[in-house]
Amino acid sequence: MAGIVGYGAYIPRNRIKVEEIAKVWGADAPSYKKGLMLEEKSVPSPDQDTITMAVEASKNALKRAGIDPREIGAIYVGSESHPYAVKPSGATLGEALGAAPEFHTADLEFACKAGTEGMFIALNLVRSGAVTYGLGVGADTSQGAPGDALEYSAAAGAAAFIFGRDRLLADVLHTYSYTTDTPDFWRREHQYYPLHGGRFTGDPAYFKHVTGAGRGILALAGLKPADFAYVVFHQPNGKFPLRAGELLGFTRRQVEPGWLAPKLGNTYSGASPLGLTATLDVAKAGDLILVVSYGSGAGSDAFVLRVTPRIDEVRDAAPRTRDMLDKNLNYLEYGVYAKYRRKIRKAE
Amino acid sequence: MRDVAVIGIGMTKWGELWEKSLRTIFVESALLALEDAGVDRIDSMVVGCMSSGLFVGQEHLASLLADYLGRTPVPAARVESACASGGLALRQGFIEVASGASDIVLVGGVEKMTDVTGCEATYALGTAADQEYEGFHGLTFPGLYAMMAVAHMHKYGTTRRQMALVAAKNHENGSKNPLAQFPFKVSVEAVLDSVLVADPLRILDCSPITDGAAAVVLAPVETAKALKKPVVRIVGTGQATDTIALSARRDLAWLESTYQAGRKALAMAGRAIGDIDLFEVHDCFTIAEIMVTEALGIAEKGKGGRAVEDGLTALGGKAPVNPSGGLKAKGHPVGATGVAQAVEIVKQLRGEAGARQVKNARRGLSQNMGGTGGSALVHVFEAD
Amino acid sequence: MPNPAKNWREIPQRYRLEAGTCKNCGHVSFPPRLVCPRCGGREFAPHTLAGAGELVTYTVIRVAPGSFEDQAPYAVGIAALEDGVKLTAQVVDCDFSALKVGMRVRLEFRRVSEEGPAGVINYGYKFVPV
Repeated sequence: MAGIVGYGAYIPRNRIKVEEIAKVWGADAPSYKKGLMLEEKSVPSPDQDTITMAVEASKNALKRAGIDPREIGAIYVGSESHPYAVKPSGATLGEALGAAPEFHTADLEFACKAGTEGMFIALNLVRSGAVTYGLGVGADTSQGAPGDALEYSAAAGAAAFIFGRDRLLADVLHTYSYTTDTPDFWRREHQYYPLHGGRFTGDPAYFKHVTGAGRGILALAGLKPADFAYVVFHQPNGKFPLRAGELLGFTRRQVEPGWLAPKLGNTYSGASPLGLTATLDVAKAGDLILVVSYGSGAGSDAFVLRVTPRIDEVRDAAPRTRDMLDKNLNYLEYGVYAKYRRKIRKAE
Repeated sequence: MRDVAVIGIGMTKWGELWEKSLRTIFVESALLALEDAGVDRIDSMVVGCMSSGLFVGQEHLASLLADYLGRTPVPAARVESACASGGLALRQGFIEVASGASDIVLVGGVEKMTDVTGCEATYALGTAADQEYEGFHGLTFPGLYAMMAVAHMHKYGTTRRQMALVAAKNHENGSKNPLAQFPFKVSVEAVLDSVLVADPLRILDCSPITDGAAAVVLAPVETAKALKKPVVRIVGTGQATDTIALSARRDLAWLESTYQAGRKALAMAGRAIGDIDLFEVHDCFTIAEIMVTEALGIAEKGKGGRAVEDGLTALGGKAPVNPSGGLKAKGHPVGATGVAQAVEIVKQLRGEAGARQVKNARRGLSQNMGGTGGSALVHVFEAD
Repeated sequence: MPNPAKNWREIPQRYRLEAGTCKNCGHVSFPPRLVCPRCGGREFAPHTLAGAGELVTYTVIRVAPGSFEDQAPYAVGIAALEDGVKLTAQVVDCDFSALKVGMRVRLEFRRVSEEGPAGVINYGYKFVPV
């Protein structure tokens, strides 16, 4: 049986409110807030990126795992904002953790799903016996084009999971992936901002794959929504995961611990992984947790987890997700936010 | 070891010398010193220059300057110790004469800092710090000295006003020095209100970027007597190193290398600090002068701020510091500073300092340091 | 021309805080050295710096060197770490008015500099308030 030995989160402390963005673009803030169920989003400082956040989240995971980093045999960072197009984030992460040089790494990309892919691959390398411990990380500092709807939600954060075979805090009982070619949101090589299909990103994209994966894994596992303590969905805004829950038959209470988007925004590859870390922060031994991610392009990865008693021993070994979400915040004006996000054109 | 005298001094006006190249400013000062010395022959040249490479792209400086002075094939050496390059050149020249290796040595210091932008100059000066463990993090020299100031203020209660008084005093002195870059007075209020560079240091707490050169001619005392010049001897020289990084110092509010170099120089001279009539010290930043006065023993440890407040170090005080205007008003072409300090002291000991003459000046001490105190050079001068 | 070697060589220190303890006198050198600055010893044991400590001094740099211009103003400080080593780094995620001698800080992994938009990114450590 393989599962999670350690988990960790990292969220930058800067925030910008929906009103602040709307003011600059002459948009109606209340409509965005209500329509998307978003209030504010996290913003990385200029000295933070996918790699720095992955390092801090992974260090938090190591604190809970209590293992020697040299025993990590594989590292996968999933992101759509890797700092380099060619030079893997996983190599820097491995060096920073002290896992180098005996490990395998490759960077992953699949819009917002790349984090759970890293988790899927790390888990299966452990299951197959190829490695003792595998690390899967979802981290992003994605951009939304200025004035576009996605600017209100594109945020920054990271979550890391170390998989192993013993001393698990959560068993992974089942996995299931559902993938099609669906062009709802994409970014071509050398383009700075992504493009998307507007309302096409809803039913034919997010909902089709999330419910497809959700139903698929429930059937595979022979389980019903009521069997679960909690469910975590990909959260591009506050509204979509609540509706996904309704469609699949989950209650609001089951969704809530992992529902971070209204105060966090969409951390892309970190979105459902951070929902999971926030849920693990409150889960008890025996709880079943369902995770369904979503990445445009399109696909969903689903996991069924069962929490073990070890969660109580390690939960407080590292900072809790909600503490990073709610405390010690620094609110930015749009000008500083635009400077931080390199949206201002400077001299060559 | 033979006794060594300074038989000639030379310095031209310092400032932003757009029309003059590094070669020109060096040669002009050197010619003045040689003329003042009244000698034809020199046996050796030592040049202090922190970074002609980064500032003007020129290395092999000693050879270039020997050539442009018209003195090839004279042996020439360029020495470097960051902002103490001039003081180091003086010491090396002294050692050559004292040891008997050379008779007449021309010691010069030069820096041409305005051929690069202010940013590039800041970078070049920053190479005096620890590149991988200070510079890498974005530290600048004002930043490093600001951290020393914060430590000193925390430990001893030194105030911003006391630091500003140093700048005001040095400008008061510099206003009497026609060769100074900024020969005008500056009020304490102007210093306190000037723009922040690195908290708490403001622009008027900082010495400027300057082009300039200075030169002295050293010879055995017998030669000085034979030339019928007022004999001014170098009676003590001391040099010490300390850690390059500020963080590695035992006490961030203390200049150990200056303390060590000062003790050695005074011991060699057979003098105590109380015997010295005037001081030319390295006020690269106002806090530096305060800390140097403590390290030399002019003021008690922690009381350097009080000393300037009480007027101890004013031109008319008991221990005048920087009668030339110091680095603040005179300017700080880094490699030249240590030599210019010697020029001022010799002038004072000859009684030729005009409006800024220290009365009955018989003994002087110069203190020159590199970086945040990674190196220090102290010299003691005495008039016969 | 890119020059990656100089920064790559410092990775064990910048990423993992690898230091050296003198086997003779116990003095910790960061970065590790060939010769102990305290006793002249030549043998060392590996040591990882403590990840937290207290500021012993700080400043806010407002006039920055070229490659740091966009970051100005930024705070830097020297902290005495829990193992006695004093370390210099930027202080981030902190209002300047909160800076004070004695402030507790820990180290976080951050971008420190980059050689232009196409050059290598140099990662390292910075202080954040505890």
